[in-house]
Amino acid sequence: MAQIFPSSANNYAKATILAIPVLAIGLFAGYYVFMTSPYITNQKIARSQPVPFSHKHHVGGLGIDCRYCHTSVEVSSTAGIPPTKTCMNCHSQIWTNAALLEPVRYSYRSGTSLQWEKVNDLPDFVYFNHSIHVNKGVGCNTCHGKVEGMALMLQQNSLQMEWCLECHRAPEKNLRPREEVFNSAYEQPTEAKPVTVDGKEYTDQIALGTALVHKYKLRSVRDITSCSTCHR
Amino acid sequence: MDSETTMSKPEAVCPGKQDDPKVKLVQLQEHLAGDDAPEYWRSLEELAGSAEFRESMHREFPKGASEWLDDVSRRGFMKLMGASVALAGLTACTKQPTEYIVPYVRQPEELIPGRPLYFASAMTLGGYANPVLVEAHEYRPTHIEGNPDHPASLGGVNIFAQASLLDMYDPDRAQYITYLGQQRSWSAFTTEIRGLMNAQKALKGAGLRILTQTISSPTLAAQIKALLEQMPEAKWHAWEPGNRDNVYAGAQMAFGQPVETQYHFDKADVILSLDGDFLSADFPGFTRYARDFAKRRNPDGEAKMNRLYVMESGATPTGMKADHRLPVLASQVEGYARALAAALGVGVSGGSFGENGKNGENGENAKWASALVADLKAAHGAAVVVTGDHQPAAVHALVHAINGALGAVGSTITYTDPVPASPLNQTGSIYELSRDIKDGKVDALFILGGNPVFDAPSNMDFAGMFKGDRVPLRVYLGSHSNETAVLCQWHVNESHFLEAWSDARAYDGTVSVVQPLIEPLYESRSPHEMLAVLMGQAGFTGPEIVKFHWLKEKTGKVAAPGDAVPADFEATWRKSLHDGMMAGSAPAPKVLAVKTAIAASAEQVAVGADTVEVNLRRDPCVYDGRFSNNGWLQELPSPMTKLTWDNAVVMGPALAKQLGIETNDVVSIEADGRYATGAVWVQAGHSDKSVTLNFGYGRERAGRTGTGAGFNVFPLRTHDAQWTIRGAKLVKKGDTFKLATTQGQQSIETPVGTRPLAREGTLAEYKQNPKFAGEMAEAPSRDNTLYANVEYKDRSWGMAIDLGACIGCNGCVVACQSENNIAVVGKDQVLRGRYMHWIRVDTYYQGDRNNPKAMYQPVPCMQCENAPCEQVCPVGATAHSTEGLNDMVYNRCVGTRYCSNNCPYKVRRFNFLRFQDLDTPQFKLMRNPNVTVRTRGVMEKCTYCVQRINQARMESEKADTPIVDGTLKTACQQGCPADAIVFGDINDKNSRVAKLKANERNYGMLADLNTRPRTTYLAAVRNPNPELESNEQAERS
Repeated sequence: MAQIFPSSANNYAKATILAIPVLAIGLFAGYYVFMTSPYITNQKIARSQPVPFSHKHHVGGLGIDCRYCHTSVEVSSTAGIPPTKTCMNCHSQIWTNAALLEPVRYSYRSGTSLQWEKVNDLPDFVYFNHSIHVNKGVGCNTCHGKVEGMALMLQQNSLQMEWCLECHRAPEKNLRPREEVFNSAYEQPTEAKPVTVDGKEYTDQIALGTALVHKYKLRSVRDITSCSTCHR
Repeated sequence: MDSETTMSKPEAVCPGKQDDPKVKLVQLQEHLAGDDAPEYWRSLEELAGSAEFRESMHREFPKGASEWLDDVSRRGFMKLMGASVALAGLTACTKQPTEYIVPYVRQPEELIPGRPLYFASAMTLGGYANPVLVEAHEYRPTHIEGNPDHPASLGGVNIFAQASLLDMYDPDRAQYITYLGQQRSWSAFTTEIRGLMNAQKALKGAGLRILTQTISSPTLAAQIKALLEQMPEAKWHAWEPGNRDNVYAGAQMAFGQPVETQYHFDKADVILSLDGDFLSADFPGFTRYARDFAKRRNPDGEAKMNRLYVMESGATPTGMKADHRLPVLASQVEGYARALAAALGVGVSGGSFGENGKNGENGENAKWASALVADLKAAHGAAVVVTGDHQPAAVHALVHAINGALGAVGSTITYTDPVPASPLNQTGSIYELSRDIKDGKVDALFILGGNPVFDAPSNMDFAGMFKGDRVPLRVYLGSHSNETAVLCQWHVNESHFLEAWSDARAYDGTVSVVQPLIEPLYESRSPHEMLAVLMGQAGFTGPEIVKFHWLKEKTGKVAAPGDAVPADFEATWRKSLHDGMMAGSAPAPKVLAVKTAIAASAEQVAVGADTVEVNLRRDPCVYDGRFSNNGWLQELPSPMTKLTWDNAVVMGPALAKQLGIETNDVVSIEADGRYATGAVWVQAGHSDKSVTLNFGYGRERAGRTGTGAGFNVFPLRTHDAQWTIRGAKLVKKGDTFKLATTQGQQSIETPVGTRPLAREGTLAEYKQNPKFAGEMAEAPSRDNTLYANVEYKDRSWGMAIDLGACIGCNGCVVACQSENNIAVVGKDQVLRGRYMHWIRVDTYYQGDRNNPKAMYQPVPCMQCENAPCEQVCPVGATAHSTEGLNDMVYNRCVGTRYCSNNCPYKVRRFNFLRFQDLDTPQFKLMRNPNVTVRTRGVMEKCTYCVQRINQARMESEKADTPIVDGTLKTACQQGCPADAIVFGDINDKNSRVAKLKANERNYGMLADLNTRPRTTYLAAVRNPNPELESNEQAERS
């Protein structure tokens, strides 16, 4: 009986044995890349909003403080999205006829809310609280990025658990003095630009962060990585 | 461990082969003769040692709970399986759906998004205000608690007030006005009414009748009185099936005027209840009474421990808490009361402590009574006697006389004017209405709330009177399209108390303003607004009606619609809104002289050999049927029977044996030519020769939840036999009906003679050996473990539950359900043991099954330090926090159920199906936004309200102040009227919980397993009369 497979089939078989783990690893790697890609996380993807509100203009250009609009950031879990009234505080005086702002004026006239597409959106089983982060010296732009440069609001980070834990496992990498939390121009200390806290100059973020961890009485890493810190 | 026995009996786990679990009385008798009867038992099945019970105890969930027994074809099953396998890999990480933020246009001043606001209000039940504090997230009410500043609450709250939240969001509520079933506008209604009222004015209102429930609202009463002044021929009637006619008639007999009695159990050393279930949630003043009673139930308290004697016809929590309990027929109470009064020196004659045989003059009852009389006399000035709404007027009058003789008035009792403003003789009132209707005198009937077609005395036949044109115009104001609504031409949908302004008086007469939390969900109306229309004052808004009434009351000023009120009145008004009560509105105590010539009640038919006495009572869960469509209350296990979704014909084991009836057997009850049918529940401790039926079930038009649940027993109830029917016949029908009880489910094995789970002793035992509870089982040393010992240096949360204080009212269960978004599963699922309550109340009976004692033991998660569940979770979905919480991470749970299998306390609950209603929009508004809504395939359990802990911790860190002990409360603690649950930081040696844990009565349940539970119990202590105790002991031995 003639051979069914040519002898080259042996090589195919050997190649297959090699290929299976490579493929499997490739599949997992691909899955990981896919699941952490902006397609899934929405990272850095601009959304269509009823009004193309520009943080670049309002924060970067005019220098309005974060808390003028996000009023509850220091006291509540949510930073708060401003009511239409906040927009109209200024826009009843300036740009009163701009076509771009018609949705705002319509909202104010009619009493119907503006509907913003949520940019930084955590899953519903995660309970994030802005106030505690702000009070412990986590700056706005640590998570939200350079908002003052964003014409349309973008999600700066992946907001996946891995990213949260990076900081919860080593908060000293990101803490800054409370007074600097809302300062969008704040930069981490360097030799050239040290940061002074309680009369002491810090030239290194880890040193500063560690000092602040003590100063602000942060709970231990074990405490803040307990499941119920964020999930309940 | 006899799991091998179970293994060797394969037929025991084979579905279909087994009989329904029932009490086999023969088995029970045989078993009791043996030595292995348990000292404590949770159900008669356990006492009987039935094979079914043993098997269920060894199971993680009852049989069938983990099996899919629905009729699904093989093909359908394969399809579903195929789909779930295909999708399994995709569920772990999914793209977030697009969500929207909808900010305010103009943000209200006090609101901070993400932070709840609390408003004081009051929930009215049976005319009495239950002061509450309502939690609102962005003005959506999400949780109801007691008002800690109000004397009638002190922070406690009953189950009805807490569960009424669900009523507001009930999707079955009537959503618009109808005329003959067709939708109509409010203006169409008011136009029609205006025409009617103009016609009636000419007749001085001769054809106008208003039927309300019990009303204590001063504003509504004033409105109705003003209307009656305009139309003197019109009449105001009132009816509630759970009326208090006997209470006021009894006061009339004793004092010549109706009065309200308020008890001060905190001052009482000796309490006697003559069939008065004052520890039941439907008793007016219950929350305060429970607190006061529990305070004096503490053997370590400042004042000496109280002693409770109970004579009762049914089996109630009050009886089970008693130091001495005597099951009697409801109709015998009068005789006992009369004899007692005579013995205490009240000038009445007749009555005796016993009838014949064993209970004869020198029998057991007489001994009981003489010890009681001596005790009451010794406690002169600090004794009190209580009786129930269902006892005839003569008993109430006798009790007044006895209290007078005991020097109770002014110390343990105060009298005030009656709280209700509506007619006090409701039976007479509704009888008069029915007569007027029959005589054709009624042209227009306005029914403001209630459900008379369902619950009026059956001999009046309201359903029949409402058909045809006997009453030409019938208008019903009610929240649901119920039995009454369909027989009225007009149905105006009524606002919930969280949606409308009103006011009401609490049991002590203090006025609370009922302030709404939210705009009506469906353009509904309150009774005040309805009355305003009748009086042609439609220009007044709901808030104005109430506010202007009080303006007139306090300052004499009359305001017109839209008027502003004077600033000083506005200030006091706002303060009373904030406080939840009006300062100084409680009526002054009355000083009254009691008459002692008290006539006996009319002779009634004696109980014959083949007849029984029927007790008709309010249901402990659905009240009089008004909460039928409330899933939380339907699924709440009844305090004694632990029945859910049904009422039953409750009888004692002796009667069941005599009639050859077992639990689940259907019987028909015939009384005076009227019939009702129901399934039997055999209840330990129920008095012999009588059955108890709870009315309120068997609704035909309650809504999706309540329609068809239970048996309607109202057909038996006539105006002259509302509470007790003598001479009823019980006939076994031959078929059975499966009652869904949680009793016996989630039971824990306790071999005879070892480690009782609920522990108690007498005061004498406690004094002799304060450590008796801890010595009942050996707790291993901390080092006796393979796992590393974890030190909790910072905070460490713990809970102590006082079994002596717990009265089994279920307040904690409803509080938890509301706080933690716990699903309702339905009767079918309860039967499979899939109910979801995170905290359950176990009842442990002890002693003679015809007259047992019982302890209530609330069981939440023990938050074990060595948690067995954590060791077996393959995905790390349950893990310890650094503060000692046993965290449950829903999003990580894959549903293996290993954890619940390994939990010795059986406190874990699994979502076998998607029990949450995720689609109904109303329920989305209701849920606590701080707790994840769990879906199918996820394990859940008590978290010690971790959302509250986190919130308190963050606030304390932000303010850099410690969490003050007592400010952070779990929902169950807050909902407990008896203050039996205490939660806090056990590392803080000055915290209340740490002190309780240092108490010698403290013990850990199953602590011998070395789980190191954070939830521990304080053993109950009873205070029996030494004189009677020795008798009882002698009998036992």
